[in-house]
Order: sequence, then structure tokens, then C-alpha cells
Amino acid sequence: MPSNDKQRTSGEPMLVVRDLAVKVDDKQILRGLDLTVNPGEVHAIMGPNGSGKSTLAQVLAGREAFTVTGGEVRYQGHDLLALAPEERAREGVFLAFQYPVEIPGVSNVYLLKAAVNAVRRHRGEQELDAMEFLSLIREKMKLLDMNDQLLFRSVNEGFSGGEKKRNEILQMALLEPALAILDETDSGLDIDALQVVSKGINALRSPERAMVLVTHYQRLLDYVVPDFVHVLAHGRIVKSGGKELALELEARGYGWIEQETARETAQAAK
Amino acid sequence: MSTPAPRLDDLISREYQHGFVSEVESDAIAHGLSEDVIRVISSKKNEPPFMLEWRLAAYRHWLTMREPEWANVHHPPIDFQDIIYYSAPKSQKNGPKSLDEVDPELLRVYEKLGVPLKEREMLAGVAVDAVFDSVSVGTTFKEKLGSMGIVFCSFSEAVQEHPELVQKYLGSVVPYTDNFFAALNSAVFSDGSFCYIPPGVRCPMELSTYFRINAKDTGQFERTLIIADEGAYVSYLEGCTAPMRDENQLHAAVVELVAMERAQIKYSTVQNWYPGDKEGKGGIYNFVTKRGDCRGARSRISWTQVETGSAITWKYPSCILRGDESIGEFYSVALTNNYQQADTGTKMIHIGRNTKSTIVSKGISAGRGQNAYRGLVKVLKSADGARNHSQCDSLLLGDRCGAHTFPYIEVKNSTAQVEHEASTSRIGEDQLFYCRQRGLSAEDAVSMIVSGFCKEVFKELPMEFAVEAQKLLGVSLEGSVG
Amino acid sequence: MMAAVALASQTAPDPVAADFTRIASALPGANVAWLAKLRRQALERFVERGLPTTREEAWKYTNISALAKRPYTLGTKSDVTPVVDVAPFTFADLGAHLVVFVDGRFSPALSRIGALQAGCTLASVADVLAREPERLEAAFATRTGHTIFSDLNAAFARDGLYLHLAAGVTLGEPVHALFVTTRDDVVAHPRNVIVAEAGARAFVIEHHVSAGAASYFTNAVTQIDIGTKASIGHCKLQQEGARAFHIAGVHIAQRRSSRFESQSIALGAALSRADIATAFDDEGCEASLAGLYLVGGRQHVDHHTLVDHAKPNGTSRALYKGVLDDGARGVFNGKIIVRPDAQKTDAHLANHNLLLSKSAEIDTKPELTIDADDVKCSHGATVGQLDETALFYLRSRAIDPATARALLTYAFAHDVVERVPLAPLRTALERTLLARLPQAERLRDIA
Repeated sequence: MPSNDKQRTSGEPMLVVRDLAVKVDDKQILRGLDLTVNPGEVHAIMGPNGSGKSTLAQVLAGREAFTVTGGEVRYQGHDLLALAPEERAREGVFLAFQYPVEIPGVSNVYLLKAAVNAVRRHRGEQELDAMEFLSLIREKMKLLDMNDQLLFRSVNEGFSGGEKKRNEILQMALLEPALAILDETDSGLDIDALQVVSKGINALRSPERAMVLVTHYQRLLDYVVPDFVHVLAHGRIVKSGGKELALELEARGYGWIEQETARETAQAAK
Repeated sequence: MSTPAPRLDDLISREYQHGFVSEVESDAIAHGLSEDVIRVISSKKNEPPFMLEWRLAAYRHWLTMREPEWANVHHPPIDFQDIIYYSAPKSQKNGPKSLDEVDPELLRVYEKLGVPLKEREMLAGVAVDAVFDSVSVGTTFKEKLGSMGIVFCSFSEAVQEHPELVQKYLGSVVPYTDNFFAALNSAVFSDGSFCYIPPGVRCPMELSTYFRINAKDTGQFERTLIIADEGAYVSYLEGCTAPMRDENQLHAAVVELVAMERAQIKYSTVQNWYPGDKEGKGGIYNFVTKRGDCRGARSRISWTQVETGSAITWKYPSCILRGDESIGEFYSVALTNNYQQADTGTKMIHIGRNTKSTIVSKGISAGRGQNAYRGLVKVLKSADGARNHSQCDSLLLGDRCGAHTFPYIEVKNSTAQVEHEASTSRIGEDQLFYCRQRGLSAEDAVSMIVSGFCKEVFKELPMEFAVEAQKLLGVSLEGSVG
Repeated sequence: MMAAVALASQTAPDPVAADFTRIASALPGANVAWLAKLRRQALERFVERGLPTTREEAWKYTNISALAKRPYTLGTKSDVTPVVDVAPFTFADLGAHLVVFVDGRFSPALSRIGALQAGCTLASVADVLAREPERLEAAFATRTGHTIFSDLNAAFARDGLYLHLAAGVTLGEPVHALFVTTRDDVVAHPRNVIVAEAGARAFVIEHHVSAGAASYFTNAVTQIDIGTKASIGHCKLQQEGARAFHIAGVHIAQRRSSRFESQSIALGAALSRADIATAFDDEGCEASLAGLYLVGGRQHVDHHTLVDHAKPNGTSRALYKGVLDDGARGVFNGKIIVRPDAQKTDAHLANHNLLLSKSAEIDTKPELTIDADDVKCSHGATVGQLDETALFYLRSRAIDPATARALLTYAFAHDVVERVPLAPLRTALERTLLARLPQAERLRDIA
């Protein structure tokens, strides 16, 4: 897989998910999901609780607890599912976790540096030394209005909800992914934190980078305006539209979509 | 039907077929234990030679063993020569003649539990000549079960009618060498239950000793053997309520369960043997060995027990998780009040791959009661991917009781995940006050809170049993709040 | 002169008695009547009971029969103190009073004891026995006999650390008691006595190492008496050589509102066993016990802890963690006792273990014995692997699985090391920890 191949054929999609079916513990979560994401686009995946949004995010990042039972995922034209989680990360797939993991005893700055250098090695770039790294990280932290102290504390340990999410966006800024998947990044944030995090995300939008925002609520989308909105229900994307779809969902809830889908399914059965 | 239990008079007056002198016979039957007594027991039950040989081997082994001292319980030494090992049905001369002669306190307890009058007589040890209806009830069920190939009868009957099954499985889970009381039981056990569920059969009803019409007097050394063949399912209920006696009695039962591939056995016990009086006089010494063998892949054995009775309880229903992906479960409520002592828990031995076990133990101590959880989770080298979760909670009611937790965890496999948690709590003044302010009596409030504490275990019990267990807790806790 | 002391099997412990007879008169303080009597009584108890077997509950998982097979000799006379370089065993920037014992005997030449404030006595036990033996009578007479090894120690002990703090004295610098063993077949019975009068404070590092690869036997006993509102920190570092046997008892008596903080870190020895037991003799005591055992090869490491809440309003926390690699075996037994009138006790005990290899083994038993009702007591024990979610998190940040594992193993163990309150010591321990972890080379500059 070409890693630092910046000259991709224009028009080639960043991500193509075809008929993806996923199980966890014998329970079918995704049942034939289709999604295409092009460079520069921001897609929002919305849906009721339990619809499979987080499963999609984790499967794309390579979580092994999930079993892919059908379909395929192409990333920059290659088979994404064949790669280990760290290989995906080095190839530019980034997942901002809904629940960032606490790792007591490992300093945040250590993790960040280890991650950045792993990616740089993979790209054939020089590893950063401590000084270079610190100046890089300070620059990125300004963007997220983060306290220096957070660098020297254990990874996510004792961080507030907002600090954890900012830390995720900081990691994204450092790793400069081609495809960023943000899983419920807005959950647990107060309005101030939401604005800061959104500012960070918007700063990272670029024509080369695609983003997939997984969210239950519309409010994040007030700040990070998506190009496309998809509704996920019962393991499939049942409706797609522009940003106005999110507003409609906010106003009407998810119930009407489910009914609509049920009607369509019933008609199809006839 | 089982061989009718022989009477002492019969034994003495009849000439013994196997060449024993009758004095030995009668002496032995009176008190104490010897090879001759065992021969008499076996012969009275008309057992095939393999049974006698097995009993004698057990007895000889028992002679080499010493009574265990390690359990966290204390009792005066038991004189094993001062026990009647094979008693005919309780002589009517000794027992109360009618309910009028039975301690009113005991009757009040039965009434509270909603035990029918006839049963109350039975339970109180009143000699009832015509055993209540269960004969016909039993026969009806027996026919239905028989048509499905299910064998459910007394142990004595099984020895006569299915000796090949008995010989194959008896002692295969709890060998007589296992422990002191198991050896003793193997030598002298008088009767018990036997159950065999053939391959693929799901037993359509809860089997219970309650229906076991023939067990007039299984004595102190009963033996239960349950086999669920491939893909079979059975739920077995064991209710123990003992007559009240001033003297301490020894109850040393053995229960063996065998689950073959994909078979499932659920074994539920509500144990309410006589706990002794408020001063700690009398009561049963309940020293029981219960063990299940998940012999086949994906088999499952669940033990659920509610232990409210007995002066001393010493039992560890265990699971040997031999089959790959087999599952062992242990759900227990043990309540000790007054001077009761309980040392109970489980052993989960993980041998097969991806075996799982769950332990939920709720100990309630009141009065001067002493309650100990003693458990072993052992993961052998072969048990890749084994999982265990144990939760042991203690509730203390009063400042003179004790709660003890001794979990042993032995892990020899690096892919195993074992988690043990234990906590201790009491009923808070604020909880009590809140309930009372809402109109509950202190006793009802305690009973309610205790039920809540035990909920995880009660939900594992069959419905009627759960109701009975709740009532029992209420009764057992009486007098524990000031 | 070497006196051979064969710790023979239970059936014939006479050689120990014979050796005692031979050397008793040469022990420090041999002419002190009360001491001679205590030694003789301790020996009699030892001879009567002999070495424990795995049939005893406290030794169920630790078989010491190998110990009985080797002939060990008591430490050599001080005039032949071997030359040892202790620099590798000291901690830069710690500024500690360094008290060194070589093969069981105090070495004034290697020790560096700084100026001490008034009310603070720091000396070797042998010195105290020679000059003011009465200072030790109360401590020596205390039957701390948690194990039969305490009796063996009481019979043969000749030296160790003596620290006495008068009321209200805070010892500004930590004390680093370093026990170095250099030779094969030496048996040392260090006996350390730490007494903190009311309100006094100190931190003591009890550090056991070996210079070389000798096979020897350390049988240490440390007695700590913590007065009213006094506070003692005790960090036990066991880094004995790979062929050593190490058995240690740390016995603490706590007075009203006193505080005890312990870290026990066991990395060395072929077989090691530590019994750390504290008793709350009065109300309002606090104890915090932390421990880490990190072993590999065929090492066997056993910890027994006991917090005896004999009086009300006590608080205790115990956290022990184990990392077991190769064919190593770990044993943990933690006990909390709450006596009948010890109301308002708040006690928690946790033991977590990580098995890194197929043939590693752990036997753990956290125990609660509760005889009071108004208490908050809990314990937990786990045996398992690294958290899958944390591993995935690290991998999704481009870190390879081996490094991620090393990182999480380090983090698991670090949880205990970070409780060591002195920064220079903590930093040194972090480095030691890294050096001991598999694939630690992947974790450059983490500490």
C-alpha cells in the first residue's frame, strides 16, 4: 500500500464500504452497510442508540472483538480489513474514541511521541527528537486551548470529559490522518468544550482529508457542518441526505425513519 | 417402589441369610460402625456384590482418615460410634404421637411457611401411618417420566433396577477417598435419589425430593446421583426441613451430578434443617459433599442454594469443568442466626478450554451467627481461555456475629481471567428509618432489605422455591432486630 | 571460624540446636541474662516445631524443603569483612543515612551516617547489645512469632538496624539499611528494630541485595513500633541474587492515630517470602500496604499481609500487584481481621496479577475475617491479561503490539512504584522496573 503517495488519482474515493456485515458475540450488528467517502468530505453518521454507529467506527479502526461476516472495506483502493489496527493507523486511519482509555503510569507525552514517531518511521521520515516534538506539540495544543500539565499526566487518567476529548483531537492533529473517524466526540461535553473541540476539528478539515462523524445528536453538526448526513438503523444506512437531514432528525426524532423503513421493507417483501 | 425400610424388630426376629450371628446384627444396628454393620446394611437392601465391596472399601479407607478441623466452625467432637448408622423408620415410641405433642414454636414456623397440615406432621416427625397422597402423585409422574426414558427413583430402587447405571456412575464424581464424610457416607448411606435423563431429553418438570414418595427415612447419610446424558436437561429441587430434636444430629450426604455433552443440570436446594434453639442447643450438623462433573463439552451445571438451617453447615457444591466450553455456576444465600455456624462455598475446577464459572455468594450473619465463604477457583494448565467471576457479599446484622471470606485462587494458565470481589455491609439506620417512616415494621424492613441483598440468588431459583426461600429468611431472621 | 548450621528437616532439627550450643556464647549480648533466656526459648520453639511443610495453611503454596537441604553457615567474624562495592546499590540524590550490613554484620567502613538531630538514635543492633542492651529488651521480648522463622531469627540474630526516635522527632533524611550478602552458604538473621515515640516520623528503606551469584539464606525480622500520632514509612526492596533464599517478617505495632506506610518490592531470590503484619493496638490508626512482585525464570515469590483491626476507627488499604513471567510462581495471601469492637473500620485489600507466560502460576487468597458490623470492608483479586481495550487504543495510535504490551505491563507495575514517596528512589525503581520487563528496550525514555 503506498503510504506517502500524495498524488492519488483524483476522483478515487477515500473509503468505500460495501455490504458490510458485522457480528459481536453472535449478535448481528451491521447488516449490509454501504458508504462511500471522498477526500475532503465530511460525513455524519447518525442514528438511534444500538443502531451500530460505534460498531462501524470500531470495525474501521480494526477492533478485534468484532467479526466481519460479509462485505468489504476499501481504503484508498486497498483492502482495509486485512490490516492490523496499528497498520491502519500508520496508513492514516484515525479513530477518536467515544471513551478514551485511561492508562495509568504512562505519560501522555510519551504516548503521543511514540505514536508520532511510529507513523513517521512508517512514512520513511526522520523521527522527532524530544525538543522538536515538544515544539510541535505545543503548537498543536494552542489550537485546542489545552493545559501543558496534561502532557505530563498519565494518559487520560483523571482527565475531565472535555480534557479527554480534546486529547483525542490533539492526537488527531499530531498524526495528521487521511481519514478521521470521530465516535461520539460530542458526548459528555458542555457547550464551551464543544466549541473548542469543534474548532479543533474544523482546523483539520482539508481537501485531502476525509472525516466521518458518528453522533447521536445534531448539536455537533451546528459547529462542524457536514457535507452528507446518513441515518443508520438496524445495521444499515436507511437514509442519506445533506446537512438539512440532521435538522429534520433533530425536529422529528428517529421514529419516523424507522417507520418509513419498515413500510419500505414491507413493500419490498410484496 | 423401594424396598420398604426394615424395622428393628424384623431384623432381630428374622434369621439372617448371609450367615451372620444375629447378636452382631442387632448390636451393630443399635449403635456404632463396623464391617459387620455395613454387611447388614447392604444385605438388608438386597444389594448386588459390587455395592457391598464398594461400601467396605469406603469403610476401610475411612478408618485411615481423620475428621477435618480446618473449616471455620467449632463443635464438640463427634463420637462416630455413638451414631445409629441404619435406623428403621423413627420408632413411633420415640416420636411425638400427634401434633399436640410437637413444640408449638416449630408448628408456628411451619404455619408461617404455609406447609400443609399433613406435611407439618411429617416434618415434625409425627409418625403418620398412611403416608399422604404422594404415592399416587408420584406414580402419575413416574409413568409420564418413564415414557420419556427418564429414570427417577430412590437410590435403593435404582440399585435393584438399574445396577449398570449405578455401577457406572456411583463414586465417579465423589470417590469415597475424597474426604472424611464422603467416605463415611459411601460406607453407610441408606438411601437417596437417583435420576437419569437419556440423551436429548428435556425433563418436562422440576424433579424434587418433595415428590419422592418413597423416601420415608433416608436417614442421615443420603446419596443423590443425577446423570444428564448428551443434550439432556433437568432441574432438580431439594428441600430439607428436619424435625426438631434437642440432640445434635449428623447429616453427611453426598450428591453427585454428571453432565455429558451439551447437558444441563440445575440443582436447587433450600436447606432448613433444625438450627438448634436460641441458646445454641441441638440442631443438625450438616456436612455435605456436593459435586458436579461437567464431563462433556458445552455442558452446564448450576448450583443454587439457600441455607438457613442447621447448627453447623459445611458444604461446598463444586463443579469440575472438564468438557471444553462447559459452564459452572454457584449461587448461594447462607443465613446464620443465634449460634449457627456456616462454612460454605464452592470449588470451580477449570480443566477444559474456554470453561466459564460464576460464583455469587451472599452471607447474612445475625445474632451470634458465624458465616464463612470458602471457595476455590482453580485453573489448570489445560484450561486455555478460562473465565471466572466471583462475588461474595456479607451482610452483618448486629455486632456479635461474624462474616469471613476465604477465597482460594490458583491459576496455572496465562490466558485465564479470574476476578474475585468481596464486600461487607450492614443495614443502615437510615435505610431502616426510611422504611419504618413509610409504615413498615422493623422486622419487615429488615426482611425486605435482606431479600434485596439476596435478589441475585433468588432469581436463579424456580418460582415456588424463591417464594419459600424469602419466607424462610423472614422466619430465620426473627428476633434478630431489637 | 565458620559454624555450620544445617537447617535439617522437621524430624531431626538437632543440628540447629547443636550449632546454637556451639555459638551462643559468641553472639553479641551473650552475657545478658534476659537475652540469653529469650534466645534459648526461641530455639526451643523452633526445634519443637521444625520447618513448616505445605500441610500448614500458611505454607500451603510455598515449599521450603530445598532450604532444609543446604548447609548454611552463620555470618563470618567481622574482622574478615569482605570488600564490597556498594555504590551500585545506593540511590543518587537520596541523601539517606546509609547503614550497610555485609553477610549479616554491620560494616562501619561502608556505612555513611550523617549528622543526626537530638532525640534520634541510629546504630547497629550489635552495638546496642554491647552498650545498652536494655534499649532492646522490650522489642526482643515481643513475641512477633508470625512464622517459625521469627523464632529461628530470635535465637540467632546478632545484628541489624536500630533506629529510635524520641517523641516529636522527625528524621529529615531517609535511612537506607542495605544488606549485602557476598558468599555461598551464608545464613544471616538480621533483626531490625525501629521505635518511633509519639509524633515522631521517619522513612526507612530495607534493601536486600547480593554481590555476586552466591547461594545463601537471609532470614530477616523487622519490628516497628509506631507511637501515638507517629508515622513510619517502610520500603522493602528485595533484590537478592538468583540463587538466594529470602524470608522476612515485618511486624508492626501501631498506637493511637499512628500511620504506617509500606511498599514491598520483590524482584530477586530463587525463593522469597515476606510476612508483613500490622496490628492496630488503639483507635484511629492508618496503614497503607503496597507491594509489587515481578519475577521470571523459576523464581518463587510469596507475600503474606495482615492488617489486624483490633480497635475502632482504623483505616487500611492494601494493594499488591504481581507480574509473573517464564516458569515463575507467585503467592499472595492478604488478610484483614476486624475484631469485635473495631467499629467504623474501613479496610480494603486488592491483589492483581498478570501472567506473561504459559508456565507462570499464581495462587492468591485475599481473606476477610469480620466480627464487627459497622464496618466498610472489601477485597478484590484478579488474575488476567492486559486490557484488550487499552491495547487496541494504543495500536490505533500506530503503536506496534509488542510495544503496546510492554507499555501496559510497565503501567500495571508502575501503579505500585508510584506510591514510593521519595522521588530519587522512585526514579531509580522505575529504571529497575524497566530493566526487568520483557521488551523494555522498546520503552526508551518512558520513565
